[in-house]
Amino acid sequence: MFFWSLVLIAVGIFSSFIYGRSRIKLNSKKQGTKSKSLPTYYAQYVLMWCLFPALIVYFSWAIFQEQIIQNIVISNFEFIEGAVYNEGLLLAEIRNVANNPSFADGKSIEIINAASHYSSLRQISQISFYTSIIIIMLLGALYASQKLKPEFHAQHTIERYIQYILIFCSSVAIFTTIGIVFSLIFESLRFFAEVSIFEFLFSTEWYPFIPIREGQTAAEGSFGAVPIFAGTFLVMVVAMCVAVPLGLLTAIYLAEYASQRVRKTVKPLLEILAGIPTIVYGFFAFVSVAPFVKAFGQSIGIDASPTSALAAGMVMGVMIIPFISSLSDDVINSVPQSLREASLGIGANKAETIKKVILPAALPGIVGAFLLAISRAIGETMIVVVAAGTAPNLTGNPFENVTTVTVQIVVALIGDQEFDNPRTLSAFALGLVLFVITLFLNIIALQIVKRYRERYE
Amino acid sequence: MNNSVAKEKIVSLRKKRSLEDMRFKYYGFTAMCLSLAVLVFLLYTIFSKGYTAFQKTIVLLEVDYNQEVLKLTPDSSDEEMEKGKFFRVKKQAIENFFPDLSKSDIKLVKKLFSINVDNEIKDYFLDNPEVINTKQQIWVTAHSDVDQLLKGNSRRDVPEDRRKLNDIQLSYVDQLVEENRVKQVFNNFFFTKADSRHPEIAGVAGSFMGSLFTLFTVFILSFPIAIGASVYLEEFAPKNRITELIEVNISNLAAVPSIVFGLLGLGVLLNVFGLPRSTPLVGGSVLALMTLPTIIIACRASLKAVPPSIKEGALAVGATKTQAVFHHVVPLALPGTLTGTIIGLAQALGETAPLIMIGMIAFIPNIPTGLTEPSAALPVQIYLWVESAERGFQEKSAAAIMVILIFLFMMNAIAVFLRNRFERKW
Amino acid sequence: MSNSKILANSVDVYYGSKQALFGISMDIKEKEVTALIGPSGCGKSTFLRCINRMNDLIEICKVSGSIKVDNEEIISDKTDVVSLRSKIGMVFQKPNPFPKSIFDNVAYGPTIHGLVDSKNDLEEIVHSSLKKAGLFDEVKDRLNEPGTSLSGGQQQRLCIARAIAVNPEIILMDEPCSALDPIATAIIEELIDELRLNYTIIIVTHSMQQAARVSQKTCFFHLGELIETGETNKIFTNPDNTKTQDYITGRFG
Repeated sequence: MFFWSLVLIAVGIFSSFIYGRSRIKLNSKKQGTKSKSLPTYYAQYVLMWCLFPALIVYFSWAIFQEQIIQNIVISNFEFIEGAVYNEGLLLAEIRNVANNPSFADGKSIEIINAASHYSSLRQISQISFYTSIIIIMLLGALYASQKLKPEFHAQHTIERYIQYILIFCSSVAIFTTIGIVFSLIFESLRFFAEVSIFEFLFSTEWYPFIPIREGQTAAEGSFGAVPIFAGTFLVMVVAMCVAVPLGLLTAIYLAEYASQRVRKTVKPLLEILAGIPTIVYGFFAFVSVAPFVKAFGQSIGIDASPTSALAAGMVMGVMIIPFISSLSDDVINSVPQSLREASLGIGANKAETIKKVILPAALPGIVGAFLLAISRAIGETMIVVVAAGTAPNLTGNPFENVTTVTVQIVVALIGDQEFDNPRTLSAFALGLVLFVITLFLNIIALQIVKRYRERYE
Repeated sequence: MNNSVAKEKIVSLRKKRSLEDMRFKYYGFTAMCLSLAVLVFLLYTIFSKGYTAFQKTIVLLEVDYNQEVLKLTPDSSDEEMEKGKFFRVKKQAIENFFPDLSKSDIKLVKKLFSINVDNEIKDYFLDNPEVINTKQQIWVTAHSDVDQLLKGNSRRDVPEDRRKLNDIQLSYVDQLVEENRVKQVFNNFFFTKADSRHPEIAGVAGSFMGSLFTLFTVFILSFPIAIGASVYLEEFAPKNRITELIEVNISNLAAVPSIVFGLLGLGVLLNVFGLPRSTPLVGGSVLALMTLPTIIIACRASLKAVPPSIKEGALAVGATKTQAVFHHVVPLALPGTLTGTIIGLAQALGETAPLIMIGMIAFIPNIPTGLTEPSAALPVQIYLWVESAERGFQEKSAAAIMVILIFLFMMNAIAVFLRNRFERKW
Repeated sequence: MSNSKILANSVDVYYGSKQALFGISMDIKEKEVTALIGPSGCGKSTFLRCINRMNDLIEICKVSGSIKVDNEEIISDKTDVVSLRSKIGMVFQKPNPFPKSIFDNVAYGPTIHGLVDSKNDLEEIVHSSLKKAGLFDEVKDRLNEPGTSLSGGQQQRLCIARAIAVNPEIILMDEPCSALDPIATAIIEELIDELRLNYTIIIVTHSMQQAARVSQKTCFFHLGELIETGETNKIFTNPDNTKTQDYITGRFG
């Protein structure tokens, strides 16, 4: 279906273009006047009218067809009374049988019937898909071809259409933000309808209860997110303790001491560190660092759990090193050379120049970089999911198991999602907190960095 | 007199200061080396844990393709052969694997073999139908527990109840090693099969294809939209508050945690629009929205780099603004844009959390063939394997990491190549 | 006073709140070379860019007053900028060939304006434009090489050919030789002399010698005002205004 529909659309593009081109040439010859725009613009005009309506149909069909067919099949399914069905599994079975008749052996008659229903619906859908695409393409081309007169200024129209397309592209970012805010707030409101916002923000017990039997309500669980916030904070602090000294010192060394050659080799290597997927860091934390932390804890007499804030935080710190070092490097490099020369000129050595002149001058920029790094650490998911644990634990001991906002979002959404259950909805409330905090940190950081830049430009 | 004391003081102070300077430089150097050492250690960990996954253990099994047992005849049609009773052949082969096995021993022996052995016996027969009524020595896949033992990943000196293989099974394995009835070969399953509950036949082909489909979606969506948005913002947008709002929005969107994009996908794409769960279509859409700011920023930079004199030249011969931009500026900015897009795609390839949110974490045992089929993705597959208790999956996860890192490396190499080859210096 | 090609009447130009031109009025005759001279920052380029509305590109730039080309007002929202620019070619300070082949550089204008119906016509226009720009003999064997591979002087002549190819009536030149060596400059100056027969040319130059060599009329700008305008010979030998006198004798500039 995919391949042939592409062929169909390609044929549509090609023929509408050729048609528009030759048609306008013919029309202008008939009238004996030169067309106002170049023939290609008339061709593009026909093409746009042929293509865009068809594409809209194409995408909505591709997206909704399976959904609709499945709904029809399920609603017509001859359920046997008393039997318990899992809709997803049932559908998978029906699809399997429909796609591969050899699986039909030993399946119940209802399923075989449903499978043939499914295949026939698919066939109908395919045929009507192709016919409707072709009809819409033809209609579009027909509409456009009526306008193919030499006095019609096709280029203006095309350029206006292009503007519309460009404006649409730019507004995708706005729609994304609106989508994020809308979905977070909408689901959070549903959450706060069942759980009080004060409990969520100030209570210290996180026990997202899953109703097992009927009659039990999910609201019996408790949703005090303080331990989660505390865990997030603890992991973030550990990460910053690792990343700030290493990242900043690396940046200073690269910016002020290292030779051109060292810079040229080390910077790409740090970029590798920055480009490694976070799940790889998670693996590293789980396989190498967590056992090490556990052994270390035992050796100094602390009972460390196999997953701990320390292991996750340390690895997260490593992940953030290149982030801090490259941002600080930029900031340090933008300190004017004249300040450096002034300090060196009165006989200060490099370390003194850096500590007494450059760092104070670069401080706002560096603080901005730290804030961005903190926001990065708070939003990071995979390392903590794998290495920090899932148990809410209000503790300051980094050897213990803690959990973070991102981990709880993942935990709440893995497996069955029921959108009438506060447990599932809590993910959105946590997501809202995360979004607001990171946005806040970013805005402040960008402001600081911007003001800092303006100072030296 | 006073003067010389002061001088001495200064000299000693200078020594101290220069020592301090050295020390500071040394701190920086150490920090840099430490960061790089972590990188090396990380890569070493992955390699040392993962390289064994590229090999699998196979065992020599004598199979009697008896026509009675198979319920086939030499002139059965292909279809009938498909339905031959190969599990009975396998059962027989295992019963005769070692001489004089008791019933309970047979159970233990059976656990030395992969669940896939039925298929291997069948495939061998279908490839060579002439072997009917003969005894054949064929190499079949061993169970993951045997595999891990022979690779040295699981230890035999722990107490029996904490081992996967008990003492009797260990002695069987030792016997096999002694008789050269077991060896290690290249693990083709790792590259040709999708996920499985059984480590020895789990592979990355399914998640790799899932990732490819996802990246394809990301590219199809984000590349044109990013170009459109950048061209508009850079060349056409009037300088007003709406434009400013869009720009601020894009820079803030770039810093939103990826997991929030996952919630967007779940809350809007799945719940509101009803797109199919766990599919590359949804995963790709979410990642496209996520990488869009990155690509737009790169794209605008390369549009900015095209000197305005080119556009002026076109305008001066009477091109409209649209013509000047699309005929001259955009083609010149294209290599830079493409480089930015590939870097954005590389970022999307490694993203895990948003895909978990939209359900690409489901267990998918077959290789996806389209954008709207449920599938896994490489990073999520890694996560699933890291989390699973079975030892056999740990080397798989490390090996899958190697695959993803090589993939990433190639994408970055292409980006660098494009940059060096096509990007113009003005 | 009969064949007036461009008639400017009290043109004011503002960049934001800063006024760059003060009430410029000028009458430019057909098929003559008019040179605009003056110290840098005096507004001569700004005025030049008003004539083909290139100032539209600068968002903060506001133009008021009236410029008539062939008796048609061009400082107006109703002006069709595209056809105006196809009537008025422009050559810039730094040669700016498109990073395409020599052929495509020249062919671009005729193609987008639909001046040609066939490949042969296009080839003919490209060849004749290159000939008029005195470049054809040098590049006829390598029309497919990128325009940027030419030398600076050749690039500038390519840009002239590109401007000629859309068959303009007026050619604006914004310090066309400032980035060129003396030999290339001499070639371009010779070319300007030939082009005068078919085109009205306005040239901005910072070199008084160049103005004296190529132009028939000269206009002297100072601090955004048009100080004096007249026959080139007269301006350079016997100017009316003392400021002009000071400038051409090198007291400031």
